[in-house]
This record gives sequence, structure tokens and C-alpha cells, in this order.
Amino acid sequence: MICDHFVPQGAVVTASCRCADSEHLYYRKYENAGASDTVRHCADQRCRLAGSIMNSVSRQGRDLSVVPTGVLPPHLADATADEISIRRFLFGLPGVDPVGIEQRAAGLATRSIKRASKLAAIDLAISMVDLTTLEGADTPGKVRNLARKAMLPDPDFPETPQAAAICVYPDMVHTAGTELEGSGVKVASVATAFPSGRSSLEVKLADTKIGVDGGADEIDMVIDRGAFLAGRYGRVFEQIVAVKEACGDARLKVILETGELATYDNVRRASWLALLAGADFIKTSTGKITPAATLPVVHVMLQAVKDWKAQTGEQRAVKPAGGIRTAKDAIRYLVAVHEVAGHEWLDPYYFRFGASSVLNDLIMQRRAQLDGHYSGADYVTVD
Amino acid sequence: MDWEYASAPESSAIADIKDRYLPYVDGSFKEGNGEDRDTVNPGTGERLSTVSTVNAADVDRAVNAARRAYQSSWSQLSGAERGKYLFRIARGIAERSRELAVVETLDNGKPIKETRDFDVPAAAQHFFYHAGWADKLQHLGLGPAPQPLGVAGQVIPWNFPLLMAAWKIAPALAAGNTVVIKPAETTPLSILVLAEIIADADLPPGVVNILTGAGDVGSALVTHPGIDKVAFTGSTAVGRRIQRELAGTDRKITLELGGKGANIVFDDAAQDQAVEGIINGIFFNQGQVCCAGSRLLVQESIADEFLERLKQRVETLRVGDPMDKNTDVGAINSEAQLGRITALLKAGIAEGAQLWSSSCPLPKNGFYLSPSIFTNATPSMRVTREEIFGPVLTTLTFRTPDEAVTKANNSPYGLSAGVWTEKGSRAMGMAAALRSGVIWDNTFNRFDPTASFGGYKESGFGREGGPSGLAAYLDTDDEVVR
Repeated sequence: MICDHFVPQGAVVTASCRCADSEHLYYRKYENAGASDTVRHCADQRCRLAGSIMNSVSRQGRDLSVVPTGVLPPHLADATADEISIRRFLFGLPGVDPVGIEQRAAGLATRSIKRASKLAAIDLAISMVDLTTLEGADTPGKVRNLARKAMLPDPDFPETPQAAAICVYPDMVHTAGTELEGSGVKVASVATAFPSGRSSLEVKLADTKIGVDGGADEIDMVIDRGAFLAGRYGRVFEQIVAVKEACGDARLKVILETGELATYDNVRRASWLALLAGADFIKTSTGKITPAATLPVVHVMLQAVKDWKAQTGEQRAVKPAGGIRTAKDAIRYLVAVHEVAGHEWLDPYYFRFGASSVLNDLIMQRRAQLDGHYSGADYVTVD
Repeated sequence: MDWEYASAPESSAIADIKDRYLPYVDGSFKEGNGEDRDTVNPGTGERLSTVSTVNAADVDRAVNAARRAYQSSWSQLSGAERGKYLFRIARGIAERSRELAVVETLDNGKPIKETRDFDVPAAAQHFFYHAGWADKLQHLGLGPAPQPLGVAGQVIPWNFPLLMAAWKIAPALAAGNTVVIKPAETTPLSILVLAEIIADADLPPGVVNILTGAGDVGSALVTHPGIDKVAFTGSTAVGRRIQRELAGTDRKITLELGGKGANIVFDDAAQDQAVEGIINGIFFNQGQVCCAGSRLLVQESIADEFLERLKQRVETLRVGDPMDKNTDVGAINSEAQLGRITALLKAGIAEGAQLWSSSCPLPKNGFYLSPSIFTNATPSMRVTREEIFGPVLTTLTFRTPDEAVTKANNSPYGLSAGVWTEKGSRAMGMAAALRSGVIWDNTFNRFDPTASFGGYKESGFGREGGPSGLAAYLDTDDEVVR
């Protein structure tokens, strides 16, 4: 078991495991940690159960506090002990009432976002886009165009924020990485027999390795929906854990494919299962299944990461993907992020949009806000 | 990132508020002979308009006009013809929905989001629904040819001015009665816009008469000897007085009065949606709802966690300018009502309940109150027993389903209740055991013209909406086929 823990930017961090068995001692030190640096904790399950990992976080060399972080509270640590415990835990989560959640989502979707708050939302949304191409017909040329678009979404307005990442198949990671070198735009690679996930663990890990070795900053894996729907939650859990290990320093997005899980109860269970297994992101969909992301589904997932933070102190990320086509859609999601999870999630590190066409609508709306009138679609580049 | 929503106000110009409004009697707007009254915008505390009110002689004229209209035209029409008029009114409401929403928000103080998405569309739905019944009364199961009663005298409250007008007028007209109706003195405007819609629909003069004024006008109306049927929605105190005054007369009466609804959350509930439901139950329309879920009964085994979630969510409610499209909780309807709520809040604190209030900032002018929750209240406290009619939730805990039923029923009221459990059999069992006119299962404050609404015990009697609502406006004493 590996638990990655987010480090405050600029912090000097020492992390050590203090469990009784000295073999487990793990020590790593950062000077001036970057935004995406993580402290890796002791790999031993028993150690985590004992709740004995302590982080000493200090800033500018001065000890501020010694706080236990990254330690799962006992009820969560116990939850993953074995298949039966996982099942018991997931079935013990409160249900989700479909009528209620859909009513709440529809209610929040009527928020009226105007003027300065709209422009801020558009800029934020652009900076959260994982610009995606996942086609059999993808070529190096297509990927390069997309990478250019991510770095410079609107050449006429160069101050337009960059997209967060581009998301491609593993064999395109290298091409994308070369193009994006030094830009700050991340490379995300789908993996694990995307989109169906119907293959052996060996193949899934090998697939992940292609992405990681190619230099991917982020891996988007799919869960085994067949296993999940058959009630084999332990299998799904173990696969996520294994892929997480194979990711190394890359952040892991776990695609639940909510359109195939069908019920909100399943979405909540799958969200918790992924969080327990170490997902950095929980992501709705591959984009290959209808329905893809919907507002109520994302409400359930946002509630899950909020509850996760309340119980562990750790903030994890959410990514809706598919079906988000207009700036209006994107803003509705941001309202949900703001009011369900909280403003701390209004950050590309913690929320992303998996989409492609939405970027051009965001750019058009951004121009309309600045120019005071709409210009046609031909003024926005098609890449 | 901190993200503040820019203000998104609806334009008040859409309401086209006039400087003076007149009562509507016998098909025309006429100066009343009572004293003028100002109506105030609760969102700002400023005068909105002036309304001419009526006196006893005007009441007499209106009742006579309604009688004439009943005898000469309305009762002579076929059901299909009556239905045409009702459909016309329904369409008129839908066509002027934006204007009506703004008028209602300016006059009442409730958020534009609610008037736009609930009050006005629901009012139109009531007319549409009852228009459909007008030519099918013989299929209500009330006999082969149920007959209208005559002239209905109706008095409605200020919490849903337009919607209550629709609840009262639509079934009365569909059943073939004529109407004299009095809106509350603080919220007369939307029903006077409805009067314009009714006039535009070419309804025969006198079929609907709208009298403005305070309680004395209402009292003169319900005790007028020319009235055949009285329908009142308002406080239990006034309802009691009306019933006393009408005792011994052969007038039919329905009363829809106060409530202290129990919202019962079991430990197996869908908690996040239960939180939403509790909030909708008590903060919808600033809690000024007779069927508000003002008593939260939560199972002790989840009480701490649940209340924590509830408070976190209440903190996110946006309180303020009712005209802002993003406002969740608007203004209290009047200074007097704000005073009544505040007095009860003080009583609760004095009795030892713990008051928690949202930290939201409130506008300087206008009548506002932060959403509030009383924790560790006991059943003997006034805030647990009395209707507060404001954004104040009282919380109690229970251990077993039986205890929940006992505590929920331990109230002189019996209007509404909510049950939150994922277990269907428990929900059904609770519904059978709760003595309330309306019981919501995993939801709250949902209304539909097809569903009958009304109370047990001191919450009143008679039903509104659905076939049983129509029965209240029909002579069902003879030839009842059951």
C-alpha cells in the first residue's frame, strides 16, 4: 500500500514512518517542494493500520507542527483489509436518493453567473480542460495540433489561460510530451485497456508502463466495471492499487464509467472504492459510453471527495468527462464544485474537464465578454 | 479560488408596478370605500404601492354581484364553457408569468427563483388542472350530477398570494360557483394582476370579485349571509374564530390552518438528500409555509453527524435581495412577522434551547433573518410546540420508530410530515401511523394540483387539490354514490 500525500508548495518536508518495525522506516526530504511533489509513506499495510505515520512539516527550516496526516482513520484502514470488509464498508455508505439529487442538481443549475464572475469562471474552466483526443485515427499531426491548442488556446488573446493537460492514448504520449516540453501543460495518458478495461492485469500494467515511460504526468485508468457489477469489489480495488504503484510519480485518474454503473448508489460506492485504493482523481467517464458525465453524478462524486477530506484531511480531485460541450455546461459544473465540495476545489489541481469541443465555446464566450459582442465560430481555431 | 457571484438582479421594471391599485368588483376595478393602505416591499422596507381597500358596504355589493353572476350566467353555462374560461386564465398566467413573478417577489419578499420556478407555474397548473375537470364533474364519484354551492367567500394568506388565489378560485369556478376573495393586506398586488388576466379572459362580470383590506374585511366577508361556502387559509386563531362565527349556519366551510410539521430522519436515510429535504422543508419561502417541516426529528445514532452536515449546508444558503436570481432565502414578509419570529427566538433561548444561526451577511434595509436551528430543544419548549412561521428549525432526537411516531404526533397540529428512510416498508408504516394530512416520503414541500392537501386536528379540515378538493365546492349531500 502506498499513500501519496500532497505537500504545501515551498515547504521543507521530512516524512518518516514511526512504526515499531524499523524495516518500514521511510524517509524522504524535500527542499522547496513543488506543487505536485508528494511524500510517499510507508508501504506496509500494518503500519497504516497502526496509524503511526507522522509527518513533520516545516516551512523555511522552522518546525511548525507535527501533525498526523495521510493516515487513514481506523474505520477506513480496516475497510480495505479484505474482500468482505470492502463490501461491508461500501454497503454501509448512506444511499443516494435519485429524486433528491436530481432536484438539487437541477436547482443549482439555475444559478445566474454574470459579468466578472462569468469571466473568472471561463478563465478557470479553460485552465481546467484536459484537451482530449482518443480516436483510432489519432496521428502525430493531430496530437501536435492539439498540444499547440492547449498551450495557446486563443492566438488573438494570448493571455487566455493554457489548458491543464492534453489527454491521449499511451503511444501518443511521447509525441505530446515533446511538443509540450517546458510549457506547464501536462500530458495525460489513458491506460489499462481503455475504454473497456477488458484485459488481464498484466496487460493493464504494461499499458500503464507505456504511458509512464513515455513521460506522462497523469494516467487515466478505467475500472473493471464487469467485476464491480458482479460484486467483486476486492478485484477492482487491487487493480487500482496495482496501477497506482505502476504510476510512480504520475497522478492517477480512476475512470468509474458512471454510465455503465447506472445507479447513484453504485457511483458513490465506486468513488469510495477508488479513493480507498489511492486514486488522485475520480473521473466519470471514458467518453465512449452514453450517458457520460451528468451533473447529479458529479454531485455524488464531489460529495465523496468532500467527505473523504472531512475524514482524512486529504484533498482529492474530480474530473467529469464527456458531454460537456458549452461554456454554460462548464459553468454549471463549477457552480456545483463551488457549492457542493467548496471553493478549495476551484483549482485545476483538484478539478478538470475531460472534453475537447468545450474549449472553443469557452474561448468564444471569453471573447464575447471582452469584446461585448459575439464573433463567429470562424474566429476560433479548429485544431 | 474564491469565487463571488456577481449580483444578477431581475429587472423590477418588468412588474410595471402602478402607484395605485383598486379592488375588482362586478367586472371592473372600482375605488373602494375603505381607507387606503400602503403595501411595502419587504426586500427594502420601502413603500411599493398604495391600494384602495373596501368597507362593509363594498363587501355587500361584491357578494350581491357574485350572486347575480351565479344565477344569471355562471351556473347556466355548461361545464365545457366554464372550462374554456379557466383554460384562458391559465394561459394568461403563463403568458404573463415573468411579470407575475416579479410582482410577487416585490410584494412578498420571497426570492425570484421561487416565484419564477414555483409560485407562478404552479398557479397556472392549478387553473389548467381544474379547467379539465369542469366538464367531468359527474365522474368525480360524487354522484351523477353534482351541483355547485353558489357564492364562495374566500380569505387567503400572504405567504403564497398568487398560488393561494389559484388554489381557491380555480376549483370554485370549475365546480360552477362564483367567488368573492380577499387577499392578505400585505400582499394584494399579484391577485390584482390576476384580476386583469381574468378581465382579459372576458369572464362574465361578478364571477370573480377581489376585495382588498385587512381582517375586518375578511370577517365581514365570511359572516356575510349571502355566502354559501367559506374557504379560509391562515392562522389557527383566526380559523377558530371563523368556525365559532359560522357555527349553526348551513354554510359549508373548509379551513387550512397552521402546522408544526415533523421531518423524521432515520439512520438508514439517504443522508445528503435528507439534508436537502430538511433545508427545503424549513427554509423554502423563509419558512413561512403552513406545512413547513419545522420540527426535525433525527435518530440519535446519526444525530451529531447529521446536524453537522445540515449546518454546513445551511452555511451555503445565499440570503439577501429577493430580486437576485441567486438568492436562496429572501425577506420576511413584514416587520410585524419578523417581530413575531424574533420574539419566539428569544423565548427559545430563554427556555434553554441552543440557537445556531448561519453566518451569512444580511442586507441593511428590509426584513431579514439568518436561517437558524435550535438544537437540544425538548418537547415541552414553546419553540417545539408553537408554529414559528419563519426560517427556524427545531431539532429533537428519537431512538426507535415508535418514539418517532409518538413525538411527531405530539402536537395540536397535523398538517404535514416527512419521512426519510431507504426502507420502503418503514416509510409506509410511518405514513399510516402519522396523523398528518400530507406525508412526504424522501422529499418535502412538493405540490401538485392532482394531490389533495389539507390538515388533521388544529391544522384544519377539508382538502384542496385533486378530486377531494373539488368536492369542497360541490353539493355532495344528496345522491352521493360511493
